[in-house]
Amino acid sequence: MTSLAAFYNSSVGKKVLMSLTGLFLCTFLVEHVVGNLLVFKGPEVFNAYSEFMVANPVIRTVEFILFAALFIHPFFGFVVWLQNRRTRPQDYRVYRLKDNTPLAARHTMFTGSVVLFFLVVHLRMFFIPTRFAEVKPSSYALVQEAFSNAWYTGFYIVALVILGYHLRHGFQSAFQTLGLRNKQYAGLIDLVAAVFWLVIPLGFATIPVYFYYFQRLAPAVMAVGAH
Amino acid sequence: MNLTLHVWRQKNASSAGAFKTYSATNVSPDMSFLEMLDVVNAGLVKKGEEPIAFDHDCREGICGSCGMMINGRAHGPGRGAATCQLHMRSFKDGDTVVIEPWRAKPFPVIKDLIVDRSAFDRIMEAGGYVSAKTGGIPDGNAVPVPKPDADEAFDAAACIGCGACVAACPNSSAMLFVSAKVSHLALLPQGQVERKERVLRMVEQMDEEGFGNCSNNYACEAECPKEISVTHIARMNREYLRAKLT
Amino acid sequence: MKLESNIPSGPIDKKWSNHRFSMKLVNPANKRKYTVVVVGTGLAGASAAASLAELGYNVIALCYHESPRRAHSIAAQGGINAPKNYSNDGDSVYRLFYDTVKGGDYRAREANVYRLAEVSGSIIDQCVAQGVPFARDYAGYLDNRSFGGAQVARTFYARGQTGQQLLLGAYSALCRQIDAGKVKFFDRREMLELVVVDGQARGIVARNLRTGAMESYAGEAVVLATGGYGNVFYLSTNAKASNATAIWRAYKKGAFFANPCYTQIHPTCIPVSGSHQSKLTLMSESLRNDGRVWVPKRQGDTRKPADIPENERDYYLERLYPSFGNLVPRDVASRRAKEMCDEGRGVGPTKLAVYLDFAEALQRLGTEVIRERYGNLFDMYKLITAEDPYKTPMRIYPAIHYTMGGLWVDYNLMSTIPGLFVIGEANFSDHGANRLGASALMQGLADGYFILPYTIGDYLSTMKSKPVKNDAPEFKAEERSVDDRVRKILKVNGSRTVDEIHRDLGKIMWDDVGMARNAKGLRNALEKIPELRKQFWEEVKVTGSGSDLNMELEKAGRVADFLELGELVARDALHRDESCGGHFREEYQTDEGEAKRNDKKFAYVAAWEFAGEKKAPRLNQEKLVFEEVHLTQRSYK
Ligand SMILES: Cc1cc2nc3c(=O)[nH]c(=O)nc-3n(C[C@H](O)[C@H](O)[C@H](O)COP(=O)(O)OP(=O)(O)OC[C@H]3O[C@@H](n4cnc5c(N)ncnc54)[C@H](O)[C@@H]3O)c2cc1C
Ligand code: HEM
Ligand code: HEM
Ligand code: SF4
Ligand code: F3S
Ligand code: FES
Repeated sequence: MTSLAAFYNSSVGKKVLMSLTGLFLCTFLVEHVVGNLLVFKGPEVFNAYSEFMVANPVIRTVEFILFAALFIHPFFGFVVWLQNRRTRPQDYRVYRLKDNTPLAARHTMFTGSVVLFFLVVHLRMFFIPTRFAEVKPSSYALVQEAFSNAWYTGFYIVALVILGYHLRHGFQSAFQTLGLRNKQYAGLIDLVAAVFWLVIPLGFATIPVYFYYFQRLAPAVMAVGAH
Repeated sequence: MNLTLHVWRQKNASSAGAFKTYSATNVSPDMSFLEMLDVVNAGLVKKGEEPIAFDHDCREGICGSCGMMINGRAHGPGRGAATCQLHMRSFKDGDTVVIEPWRAKPFPVIKDLIVDRSAFDRIMEAGGYVSAKTGGIPDGNAVPVPKPDADEAFDAAACIGCGACVAACPNSSAMLFVSAKVSHLALLPQGQVERKERVLRMVEQMDEEGFGNCSNNYACEAECPKEISVTHIARMNREYLRAKLT
Repeated sequence: MKLESNIPSGPIDKKWSNHRFSMKLVNPANKRKYTVVVVGTGLAGASAAASLAELGYNVIALCYHESPRRAHSIAAQGGINAPKNYSNDGDSVYRLFYDTVKGGDYRAREANVYRLAEVSGSIIDQCVAQGVPFARDYAGYLDNRSFGGAQVARTFYARGQTGQQLLLGAYSALCRQIDAGKVKFFDRREMLELVVVDGQARGIVARNLRTGAMESYAGEAVVLATGGYGNVFYLSTNAKASNATAIWRAYKKGAFFANPCYTQIHPTCIPVSGSHQSKLTLMSESLRNDGRVWVPKRQGDTRKPADIPENERDYYLERLYPSFGNLVPRDVASRRAKEMCDEGRGVGPTKLAVYLDFAEALQRLGTEVIRERYGNLFDMYKLITAEDPYKTPMRIYPAIHYTMGGLWVDYNLMSTIPGLFVIGEANFSDHGANRLGASALMQGLADGYFILPYTIGDYLSTMKSKPVKNDAPEFKAEERSVDDRVRKILKVNGSRTVDEIHRDLGKIMWDDVGMARNAKGLRNALEKIPELRKQFWEEVKVTGSGSDLNMELEKAGRVADFLELGELVARDALHRDESCGGHFREEYQTDEGEAKRNDKKFAYVAAWEFAGEKKAPRLNQEKLVFEEVHLTQRSYK
């Protein structure tokens, strides 16, 4: 087996691959939240940003890596999760894992799967139209339309909370897997992690909240007030 | 005090095994957990039944023989203590105690609470050593070792090989045990020459034995009787990457 | 049979080097033709098996533990001695030799002790090279500390777990040889019989503890590295499973048993807290470097230690021994502690304890330094007693700890049975009547790494005998006899558990053959033990079968042998009308309560020879000649 294949076949190797893809996805999240917050600058700026994303060749190539990561990470996540389920054929009658391990760490497969489901829904709503529809709709319009629907908005909020949990464990775990975490830096890593599991999801959440509020709630309140 | 025990009984590796209930009567708080089991066993023998089989020897938390899951916690409710260092003052009258063996595929049950941990020995045989032949070696003080490195190496070398990390880990991973030895020898000048082969062969053997992958739950560090830190796992990951990439 | 110790001639510091030159060597190519069966993989066994395999011999190693890393050596705490003189305080090979002979109360062979001191330096080098994380000073060099009885700092240590780290070093060397296929290792096998063919030890019969099957292992030489027999006292600091079956079987096959009455008591153990107590926990002697031992001046003073003012405290070791103070050797410290309790000045719930106080040291050195030196010992004490040594004085009391006695061996570590070698705590060799702190680890590793690999070659190259396979009739016969013995134990089905009977034996041994012995008590023991043995074979109850893992059955076999060994210990103690080291007879003490030796009559090794089940064993004497160290009354004043 070539040494590269052996690497990814080994337990440590599989995890390193997940950490690299996980951290790469984290960098994408930073770019994506900043980009999407432009929506508050009005349709022209946001649509220009969106077209730029579609047109720019560098972005398109990075996009290829992004989708590769979005395939590799969950795939190995699943492989690792499955292997780990087979290491204890006879379960404990009493097993107090929660005394030793936080919630976020115990359910990365669940939180990851929810994020995957979110991505499927999300890409169908935003990515497909901006790339493949004959008539390219304005991204701003897509956002407005998407977050006028209560269910859709609610689902985004929930998904973002769960993404937060995924990264609450994931971010520092990636540094541990890459061997970049020790007693001195653990505190610093946790601080930076807070950007990813708290600040970024909050940043994303302002968009559905804002649009749903101004398209659905405010008019409804105004209507009630008017009688 | 009196306690109700639900203890896993299993005749041998091939038979199924099940929980049996026993009562431990007038237990003194100063007794150790194993001494309580001794008293229960004495009662069983007197009644003509087979005593509960469990591994033990030093009874002072250094040999690593003892180990059982007590109410869902490896080595019981305490921190930084092996089963034999757990005292009955951690329980109160009327408590129910569920006692199970370490559960992990690489640790098949031999009998009742005794499991086969020879997988650990095979991992050690794969690379947990410095190939220093007897004789023909330099004076002990020939190579000074910075005190912090020697102290950290000692912390890692304090592992007693009890297997609680594997038992407590949701993935039955042996990373803490294996990384303790890799990290111990990586920190010392004597371990430098074989650094690369050691980590590769030990991780390979670990995977072959059927242990799980580490998803950094840190339950092992929490349950380790010698409180060995997961920074040693991080160091082993570094060693592994260094071995693969250089 | 005349005891031939084979001590080489020549000046003391040349004996070993001359001997190594004169010994015949096995040609490297022939080495793989010889199989050596090593029983026991503690410090002595693991180091021997690894070193022999490295030389090219074909090695079979086995132990009753599940892994070599569980051997009782793991529990050693204090440290290991070596005359490296890194501390520049005047230590030398000769001084270590002198201290050990003197500390052993002039009952050891000078030649063996000198060789031990001579090779012990390279043990430290070997362990450092294996990656043993010894304590270092701030310049990165090996740190030393002084240890009970020594006036130089010659003890190397790894915090409070020196034994563990040295054993892990030897274990790692053994693992390398197992991986290389040079050592075939068998776990969970208990040797129950020695097989002698044509007068030579050619193998053993061991019971596979998981299946109950009797397995034979044949070779050209057998090495016993099976540890000490301290558990004949039931309560001791030894691990629960430590036993004397291996050496006792060899004794009954003709290997003489030397000085069984030399049993050592460790002064600083956690006192018994109740009848359920299964084992005594040792607190490392290094605590005596900074702790001060005291008891209340008044009898029956039940006040809490903090409430007893300085002037009502009796720091009795400092009072009685101005120069050594709290660092007097183990036997002196233990006896004095018992004396204090017998005078009714004992402390704690059972009144059987003395205080070991760190208050003064904590002020002098500060908590951090004390934590650095004794952190894990204080934590262990707190775990067991729920009392915090940083705040209130520890309570300690002596307990059985080490056995200087063991199978008799000559200068080549070979017993009276040709081909049967005995190393580590299982042999009698180097500590005389009293082992100094931190020298058992030294002896075990010296035997395993640097002595046996030489001396076994001399025997193998000269033994002329036909190859014997493990299915030979002698092996088959022994397998059957061991099987019968196991069946006999299972058939008794009496009313008493093994532990109950073992506890009774322990009580007899502790009361009559313990710290302070006298003729009346010893005769009482010699009466009571045979009675208890008879009761064992009528009343022991072992449930379960002989054909799967049965720990009660294992214990029964070991206690059956302890019941015979205990009698020999009492017999040896009765015959030795003097006091020396660990053997203290109340009838023979100086007016200051010191051990009074009778060098004229008793400067010899008492080697007992088995003479049949019903007959008393025969005493053989090996005269001890002291040319280097002059026989003086041991004084630590
Ligand atoms: C609590 C404690 C603290 C100590 N502290 C120190 C110290 O600080 N410094 C010091 O120098 N010494 C110390 N000692 C003494 C020292 O640890 C021992 O003397 C030494 O380790 C003995 O090593 P060994 O290899 O001879 O035997 P052990 O380490 O006891 O090994 C015996 C081996 O033989 C095997 N075995 C026994 N019987 C059989 C059988 N019938 N069949 C198969 N296998 C068998 C066992 O499985 C084991 O592997 C201490 C001892 C104790 C108990
Ligand atoms: C709730 C706030 C979000 C909004 C308004 C939003 C909006 C958009 C839009 C308009 C696009 C289409 C093209 C582009 O601009 O790149 C897009 C693409 C994408 N989004 Fe989001 N997004 C949000 C949250 C998320 C989250 C939380 C994730 C990750 C889990 C995510 C992952 C992606 C990916 C992978 C793509 C396709 C890759 C690309 O072409 O850039 N988005 N998003
Ligand atoms: C944008 C989205 C995502 C980001 C930023 C992300 C990030 C991360 C990071 C940084 C880790 C830590 C890696 C390690 O433990 O070393 C991780 C782990 C994990 N991720 Fe993701 N992830 C994302 C999406 C997903 C998806 C869609 C899945 C689908 C299954 C998933 C499943 C997992 C699993 C199972 C783990 C734990 C693996 C283990 O340690 O055992 N993740 N993720
Ligand atoms: S790392 Fe800790 S829990 Fe795991 S085997 Fe070693 S001592 Fe036991
Ligand atoms: S609990 Fe298991 S997942 Fe890793 S950090 Fe410890 S081995
Ligand atoms: S019995 Fe030795 S660690 Fe518990």
